[in-house]
Amino acid sequence: MTDRVDALVVGGGSTGCGIARDLAMRGLSVALVEQGNLTHGTTGRMHGLLHSGGRYAVSDQASARECIEENRVLREIASHCVEMTGGLFVQLEDDPDEYFEEKLAGCRECDIPAEVLTAEEAREREPYLTGDVKRAIAVPDGAVDPFRLCVANAADAAEHGARIETHAKVTDVLVEDGEVAGVEVEHESGPGKRNHSLPGTTEEIRADHVINATGAWAGRVGKMAGVDVEVRPSKGVMVIMNVRQVDTVVNRCRKKGDADIIVPHETTAILGTTDVEVEDPEDYPEERWEVDMMIETLSELVPILDDARTIRSFWGVRPLYEPPGTGTTDPTDITRDFFLLDHEDRDSLPGMTSIVGGKFTTYRMMAEKISDHVCAKLGVSAECRTAEEPLPGSEDFSVLRDYMDEFGLRSPIGRRSVQRLGSRADDVLETTDPNPTVCDCEAVTRAEIQDAIDGSGSDLNAVRIRTRASMGNCQGGFCCHRMANELHPRYDEPTVSEAWDELVQERWKGERHALWGEGLSQAALNYQLHATTMSLDRTPEIADFGAFDSGVETATDGGERTTGSRSSSGPRSDGGRTERGRDGD
Amino acid sequence: MAIESDVLVIGGGLAGATAAIEAARGGASVRLVAHKENTLRNASGLIDVLGYNGGDEPLVEPFEAIADLPDEHPYRKVGVEAVRESLALFDEIAGDLYEGGHTETNALSPTYGGRVKPTGRYPKSAAAGLASRTEDTLLVGFEIVTSFDAPLAAERLDSSVPFDVRGVTIRFPGEFRADARITRLATALDADELRDREQRLGTREALAARVAEYLGDAERVGFPALLGDDEHQAVREALETELGVPVFEVPMGPPSLPGMRLEDRLYEELDAEGVRVESGNPVVGYTADDGRITAVSVDRGRREVPYHAEQFVLATGGLVGKGIDSSREGVSEPVFDCHVPQPEERYEWFHDRVFDDQPYARFGVSVDDGLRPLDSSGEPEFSNLRAAGAVLGGYDMAREKSASGVSLSTGLVAGQRANEDLQ
Repeated sequence: MTDRVDALVVGGGSTGCGIARDLAMRGLSVALVEQGNLTHGTTGRMHGLLHSGGRYAVSDQASARECIEENRVLREIASHCVEMTGGLFVQLEDDPDEYFEEKLAGCRECDIPAEVLTAEEAREREPYLTGDVKRAIAVPDGAVDPFRLCVANAADAAEHGARIETHAKVTDVLVEDGEVAGVEVEHESGPGKRNHSLPGTTEEIRADHVINATGAWAGRVGKMAGVDVEVRPSKGVMVIMNVRQVDTVVNRCRKKGDADIIVPHETTAILGTTDVEVEDPEDYPEERWEVDMMIETLSELVPILDDARTIRSFWGVRPLYEPPGTGTTDPTDITRDFFLLDHEDRDSLPGMTSIVGGKFTTYRMMAEKISDHVCAKLGVSAECRTAEEPLPGSEDFSVLRDYMDEFGLRSPIGRRSVQRLGSRADDVLETTDPNPTVCDCEAVTRAEIQDAIDGSGSDLNAVRIRTRASMGNCQGGFCCHRMANELHPRYDEPTVSEAWDELVQERWKGERHALWGEGLSQAALNYQLHATTMSLDRTPEIADFGAFDSGVETATDGGERTTGSRSSSGPRSDGGRTERGRDGD
Repeated sequence: MAIESDVLVIGGGLAGATAAIEAARGGASVRLVAHKENTLRNASGLIDVLGYNGGDEPLVEPFEAIADLPDEHPYRKVGVEAVRESLALFDEIAGDLYEGGHTETNALSPTYGGRVKPTGRYPKSAAAGLASRTEDTLLVGFEIVTSFDAPLAAERLDSSVPFDVRGVTIRFPGEFRADARITRLATALDADELRDREQRLGTREALAARVAEYLGDAERVGFPALLGDDEHQAVREALETELGVPVFEVPMGPPSLPGMRLEDRLYEELDAEGVRVESGNPVVGYTADDGRITAVSVDRGRREVPYHAEQFVLATGGLVGKGIDSSREGVSEPVFDCHVPQPEERYEWFHDRVFDDQPYARFGVSVDDGLRPLDSSGEPEFSNLRAAGAVLGGYDMAREKSASGVSLSTGLVAGQRANEDLQ
């Protein structure tokens, strides 16, 4: 066990995992601690847009240039996490020409490939666009799977020797002799992979340098060290549709506004978003008007959204930051740029750096800059290699093969598995055991689930984000229990049951915001499958089994008799006798 | 030629079938129209009457608890005697397919999630597995049946029941796709396909041979509910003969073979009673005159056809079966636009934990004691329309474990009242 490292990263989102990978590749000893799952915070709660930079081409050209640069890098190093859908900035009849021209000029100034499409051409690409389209600008926007990308970074960091500790909440920042010396974490009890420590215990991890990469939570960690980090969390809603109404990213080409983007994502399309400043990144209202507004406003762009099936909604919190004294009142006006707060320079507290602001698309570039900074502090001269080295899963992955024959899977299932796994497909899917489908909606097989359990332990929400299982149309109604079954016998029954309940609750949390039409019908079906058929809704307290009907049994002599029951014997546990083996033939 | 009948039942699930059978037995000419596949194949096949009323302790005597239910509960509308009568009707129709009719007491059935659940009637194929019996139990799962993990279910059950439960996962005999449907496995057992050509073993014998290795001192053996479809009796008997102990099925989710077997039995009975059954086309509208429905229109693709009747029964299901519909604006009953009580604010339809007492689970039409749907002022919507089954509001079938009992009893009463009004 490593309890002393060169660099300790707090925060398992894209930025934190990117930093851990970068530093580990440079040869530093690294630990990363995350209070929940990887992607627990903002990374897991975004629409997964791979920016071309077009969105910032008018308002923030420096960011726009970074975006297109990183867009190209991610296509190279993370091809299995990225789908290059292309994007459109769509101008409707009443939208101002002036802004359209500014947007086009901005893209060109920032080296973002941009092509003007007529209304007909735009509707040829996206047939469900409204007839009110005037024209559009096509840009290289894409979709990226933030879970897969973040996990790949963490996995690669671990490959390079980093310790990745999830479900480990920082409870204190250790300050000794006026210097940050490490952190104290509490290992959460509950499902999850905790190889290093026992649940419920605390641990001090000491480090030469601590990096606070906790995004919207940066103020909280700062406070533990006695410094002010003024992040301004801003919430935004995302609404997930059950199919891809569009195959390219569709942006509304007008000045900032809520509800102006649709991102196609795997089998879904994600509508976004709002921008409302909140006090607490963990506790803020999730309001109906936000969901309604997404559908109503974006229906102006794509009218069928109004009648389409919504499968859930979720909220994310942006870690917005602006230097003290700027005084911006509207969160949409706050820069999306990132800031490196060297607490030695800023607060005379050596040993810690905070990273705030920023965008998902440029996570790697941010990580590179932080890592440069940390290396300079620690006197390490190694070069950054993260822009060239592909992430696990994206090495040598260029040939589409016939996975149906190769892995004995039906072709759509094989194709989807291989898209998710990239170059890891062979390792994961080559198995001599039967490999049935566990999640039908998202075509996830047992081998993939087992691989995710290898990586994330008994935490089914972590299995979910690695595989997409339970994230399709049925929202887990038909597969939560199957996923839980896959944990056994590696994990015992109480652990499995707890993980199962946690997953069912988590699925409901987003589903309840889509509780009308098909969504409500599905929720009612899921409730009946879980509560009626499986009786998952309660653990009955049964005092007297003998009081219940034990049936009529046809005795061997042909007569009928009612079987007796041992009503005196109470419930007891005999788990040790349970046979867990699988037939070997 | 005009389509006419005395009673027209809309909906082909347990409630609609019961209403149609009861009305036909009363002498009416009955027609049943169903839109889609009914939800019986989604259901476990257990006939729940009332398993819980509030607390976490399952009810031993469901009929005794009916008086304690709130006034708006469908059981209170039809009365406890009608519930008894409907179960007697069910017992008669189900015949040797079901057990449990010898007593009013609930049985405890294991679920495929490894929990225990109170139920009123159970398929004969599940009878030997009751958790309210005390024989030591072996549960058998199959590698490719991902819904049922026998060792895990066994571990759960074992911690809560007064007998020993072990579980084992084996390979189903024969070569099947890794994602074969359980109906495929059931038909392999039905046909007793020859799996082992050298030893001339059929599927049933080959399966029993594999299970025998793990039998030990188990006094009964349970399988996921896939032991045959048409030949389920023979399949189970063959396994019992080979293994020398009772064999049972653990009820499962969709596609549910016990649910499908029950569906077959109900439709045989509808046929025997002379009920004309049409499925595949939705009812999309109606005509009414002076508070009476005169006809409904059925969408047959090319045109809408009026179906005339004297009496109508609405048994279209709840939110799952789409007998209750909703949009962002509100909840509605789509065929007759009957009033559905609901909180105006959509965010009051639900609570934050999935198994909380959910308001949406009680959505449905409210009715008078004659099961006539009521409008917002409490008056019957139509004098000749009755509602039965999950389209009714005011109860939470999942929480109470009352789905089948409500469907049977309200179906029975709707059929009876329709007949009475024909006189």
